[in-house]
Amino acid sequence: MSLLTRAQRTDYGSHFRAVKEATTEPAVVKWFLIGVAVLFMTVFLLLPLICVFYEAFASGWELFKKAVTDRHTLSALKMTFLATGITVPMNVIFGLAAAWCIGKFQFIGKSFLLSLIDIPFAISPVIAGLLFVFIFGTQSAFGQWLQEHNIRVLFAWPGVTIATIFVTFPFVVRELIPVMQSQGTEEEQAARVLGARGWHIFLRITLPNVKWALLYGIILCNARAMGEFGAVVVVAGNSAKTNTLPLHINALYQGYADACAPFAVATILAVMAIVTLIVKSFIEWKISAKENRL
Amino acid sequence: MARPALLQRSVLPGFGLTMGFTVLYLSLIVLIPLSGLFIVTSHLSLSDFLQIMSNDLVKKSFTLTFRASFVAAVVNAFFGFIVAWVLVRYWFPGRRIIDAMVDLPFAMPTAVSGIALAQIYSEHGWLGSHFSFPIRGTEIGVTIALIFIGMPFVIRTLQPSLQEIDKELEEVSASLGANRWQTFTKVIFPAVLPAFITGFAMAFARAIGEYGSVLFIGGMIPGKTEIMSSVILSKLYEENGHIAASAVAIVMLAASFGILLAINLVQLWANRRFANAQ
Repeated sequence: MSLLTRAQRTDYGSHFRAVKEATTEPAVVKWFLIGVAVLFMTVFLLLPLICVFYEAFASGWELFKKAVTDRHTLSALKMTFLATGITVPMNVIFGLAAAWCIGKFQFIGKSFLLSLIDIPFAISPVIAGLLFVFIFGTQSAFGQWLQEHNIRVLFAWPGVTIATIFVTFPFVVRELIPVMQSQGTEEEQAARVLGARGWHIFLRITLPNVKWALLYGIILCNARAMGEFGAVVVVAGNSAKTNTLPLHINALYQGYADACAPFAVATILAVMAIVTLIVKSFIEWKISAKENRL
Repeated sequence: MARPALLQRSVLPGFGLTMGFTVLYLSLIVLIPLSGLFIVTSHLSLSDFLQIMSNDLVKKSFTLTFRASFVAAVVNAFFGFIVAWVLVRYWFPGRRIIDAMVDLPFAMPTAVSGIALAQIYSEHGWLGSHFSFPIRGTEIGVTIALIFIGMPFVIRTLQPSLQEIDKELEEVSASLGANRWQTFTKVIFPAVLPAFITGFAMAFARAIGEYGSVLFIGGMIPGKTEIMSSVILSKLYEENGHIAASAVAIVMLAASFGILLAINLVQLWANRRFANAQ
């Protein structure tokens, strides 16, 4: 000790450095791990994304345009928008209703209800499609009744839509429940005591409080609804008329179209995926900024 | 205090309406269709069930599905741990972009990633051409697709858990003479183990049910790269195939619910361990 100079003894800089060294890895290890992580992500995530755009334009702009504006592509785009356009609002209404009764009230059987809501997450998409084949197919009484009355559900847009609703079922509600729960009921109770009506409370207090969580749920639900493949392939059958974009990509890939055609159509969905990630990061940033303010 | 009421009184309105709608919608979309599956399977006798299951191609698809899903989940667990660690602990240029990219397999439709992977790993593809053995149309290809779709699970369950670790614990460990590796294996890893197992199980469960991304790179060759989801589909197109399809579906459902149950048990175990530690 006596060998140390006074300055050395109060060298807090080296003290902190020693603590830092003891609780972090050597620089070599650190940069090696970063390298492994970046390489893994590049090979498994970035490369497929780049590949879609590269292959889409590999045969030139003209063929790309031809594939994207083809009438089968446009009809698939319409089917995707139709199914998504029904799915997202339906799941939003359900999500808000379910999150209201689960998040704002105390009742027996709540956790049971929550696990029922999670069921579609645990069911493989192909099985989800299979469920609707059993319900609406001619082997069931209901399916026969539909056939007698000439109502087509299977191999038509209603089947595609209901299968999409099933696989995206928990997305919105799962984002809303924790937020509604954590916000409690005090603001709503105050509004109630001051004489506000139910809808008024919901629109002026609850909805603004959960808007980011709601938007988060909507973009996740939208991305999955636009991209669903397994469930839709079972209920849509092999008809160009019921093809959604993912099914159309499959048809182009298995068929005799230009090599770039499936990739050209895939760019539409890839752009959707990138926009989803950007919006998602933006919302996460908004939410964390809000939490830091509190 | 009174007995717990079925519904605790509240001045807020709308419970009846929202609860009614929730139960109605849940029943129409999920519960009734699900019961349909059990009605169809109830027509199935045990011997029929066993006969369907003992079919050679069905058995092969079972083995392939579980083996490829397991290997993919192990790969994801290993690399997912490194990625989560790097994203939580280190700063480096591009960190935020990598972090946002983790969710790409969730956001990108499986048909899109499926054709991209099939292209990359084909004999003339960017990566496939560098291997002396074929990847597309083999079990390796199937596994690669399953790695892709299962990747976010391990990373996203580990990240919050790694963030929560108290830095002081590591300082204590270091001041008690542990080197960095000992601190990692004896302090950090046990703390995140429940999240790690949960992420692994979720990736495994997701892989078992996957269809879209495997279709293109694997090709669904019966007896070689055909997975269970595909068996269900091809059975469905056979004469009276819906019973066989439902039998395979029941086995898959049992597997997913089994894994889900295991995840819940792990969480329960983790909570109890945490409670004891306090």
